[in-house]
Amino acid sequence: MGAFPDARGHFGPYGGRYVPEILMSPLEELEAAYLEARRDPSFQAELEELLANYAGRPTPLYQARRLSELAGGARIYFKREDLLHTGAHKINNCLGQVLLARRMGKRRIIAETGAGQHGVATATVCALFGMECVVYMGVEDMRRQRLNVFRMRLLGAKVVGVDTGSRTLKDAISEAMRDWVTNVATTHYLLGSALGAHPYPMMVRDFQRIIGVEARRQILEAEGRLPEAIFACVGGGSNAIGIFHAFLEDEGVRLIGVEAGGAGDELGRHAARFLTTTPGVLHGTYSYLLQNEDGQVALTHSVSAGLDYAAVGPEHAWLYDRGRAEYVRVRDEEALEAARTLARVEGLLPALESAHAVAEALKRARQFSGAVIVNLSGRGDKDIDIYREHFQDLDPPHADH
Amino acid sequence: MTHRTPTTRISRLFARLREEGRPALIAYLTAGDPSLERTPALVAALERGGADLIELGVPFSDPVADGPVIQRASERALKAGATLRGILETARRVRAASEIPILLFTYLNPALRYGLERLAIDAARIGIDGCLLTDLSVEEAGGWVSLARKNNLDTVFLAAPTSTPERLRLVASYSTGFVYLVSRTGVTGEQARVSEAVGPLVAAMRAITHLPLAVGFGISRPEHAASVGAIADGVVVGSAFVRLVEESAGSAELEQRIESLAQALRAALPERKR
Repeated sequence: MGAFPDARGHFGPYGGRYVPEILMSPLEELEAAYLEARRDPSFQAELEELLANYAGRPTPLYQARRLSELAGGARIYFKREDLLHTGAHKINNCLGQVLLARRMGKRRIIAETGAGQHGVATATVCALFGMECVVYMGVEDMRRQRLNVFRMRLLGAKVVGVDTGSRTLKDAISEAMRDWVTNVATTHYLLGSALGAHPYPMMVRDFQRIIGVEARRQILEAEGRLPEAIFACVGGGSNAIGIFHAFLEDEGVRLIGVEAGGAGDELGRHAARFLTTTPGVLHGTYSYLLQNEDGQVALTHSVSAGLDYAAVGPEHAWLYDRGRAEYVRVRDEEALEAARTLARVEGLLPALESAHAVAEALKRARQFSGAVIVNLSGRGDKDIDIYREHFQDLDPPHADH
Repeated sequence: MTHRTPTTRISRLFARLREEGRPALIAYLTAGDPSLERTPALVAALERGGADLIELGVPFSDPVADGPVIQRASERALKAGATLRGILETARRVRAASEIPILLFTYLNPALRYGLERLAIDAARIGIDGCLLTDLSVEEAGGWVSLARKNNLDTVFLAAPTSTPERLRLVASYSTGFVYLVSRTGVTGEQARVSEAVGPLVAAMRAITHLPLAVGFGISRPEHAASVGAIADGVVVGSAFVRLVEESAGSAELEQRIESLAQALRAALPERKR
């Protein structure tokens, strides 16, 4: 498959560095600092130590026997990123980038967040390293992820509501970029997904790659062979690229990315970027992009704030074009139902994002006879309000009387 | 670059102003705010007030380089139905009435969707003189620059206080017409005073290129124009005009207010004896 990206951050035609000139030198500096850190054994040793003793790696690979029986066919395993400190895979990348920021002498960290998981992970590592932390979040997302907003504040972060555009992740990233343009001398932008201008898609992937490295070793131990398929939800795509990457050369392993099908296939009702055939540039990278015929970025919808974004990470676009990974969509209702099923059958309450991957695995389990892995990228505590709103039959007004 | 340098109204303007010994007043407007129908009248008002070059901004849904004033203008323009196609049509109307140099100022994605080759051909045919694609870095610009050269369009690129000397050289080598120097690290918008980064940036760029240098971002008042105009070949004012549009769009006096601000800025520009 060769090593991607190339020296200029391209995954085939995708990726690259499409930003105003102000950010070009800072991105060059970041890339140089990252490449140096990547080669530095002391950087890697410190990161590994934190991943093990602070975040809780390695995460288990759990065989879900009751769910597998229910679904029929595949033996379903979960890669338990939901067990990590802060409740999702996001901490892997945050620990890597905060170490890098410290190495670069930056004391102020900014981040965007959709569901709040990346914001919480960023606020956490900033507390750990005594750094100033500002998190941008769309006001619509603040409303639906209130718990995480409070968690960030409790951790000492400043949460800034973004009240422009769709008031979701896309607008939070735009506002974080504006902050970075203004304060670039002192500030590191801790981007949370495999998105944005080079080197972010490469760097975030590298920090998340541990998911797949562990899962590959664990499944070989458990099964004596590789899995038939891997399922992961794809917003920007960091948990998916993180688990896919170690399996890219294993051609027999099907890589299945699950996007937010939202409420329907019309533009504006979903966040399924591979429904479009038109790439474009948003937030510094060239990739598949939901947009109207005038090149304006389309509004998106998903019950899951973490998947509700108009563009997909550029490496996914490249995997799609080459047919190495396939991308499907799961609707809001299917994801919600899968979450309830998983909670009842296995006692695991997934994040709504991860529930999309669970839903697809359940739907397709009968197509497989061996093992499949679902990346359980986050836990569902943050989504309790949404689950509660949706499953009102479980929460009658006077149930306790 | 393999093609020869374009000769456009932009290069002729700067050649003439060099003879006259004064810097250019460059005015930015978000096209389509408050409506595409009104944009030609606003451009005419700028020209009457003494603007030498018009930057016609194409609104984008996610303007990461812009501060709140131009963000809001973009939202208004998009809501009012502005599209790149419609803006080109509007530029055609402007061109029918005036020979003022026009620089199309846009984020990359609307241009990509329109088609870069089609844009270069259509813009040149309409009488637009050049394009600045805000988020097209020189590293990714090779294809666009060739298309623009082939169609005799200027390609203006941004240089910033953060640009390294190597990057300044790259930016200069990809630019024709003039180079747009960003006065400070930040987004577009009015500021109380001009950044101290301007002087060193102008000096660094002068050492690299003979192209005219225009300075923008944070320049809104006559005294800013006076100080920047003393060292640069062009002074770009954007948000101050856009804010007038926001405040007075419902008023018949908008054109007069735009013209007056242009006049005040133009009057403040220093004469430089050669």
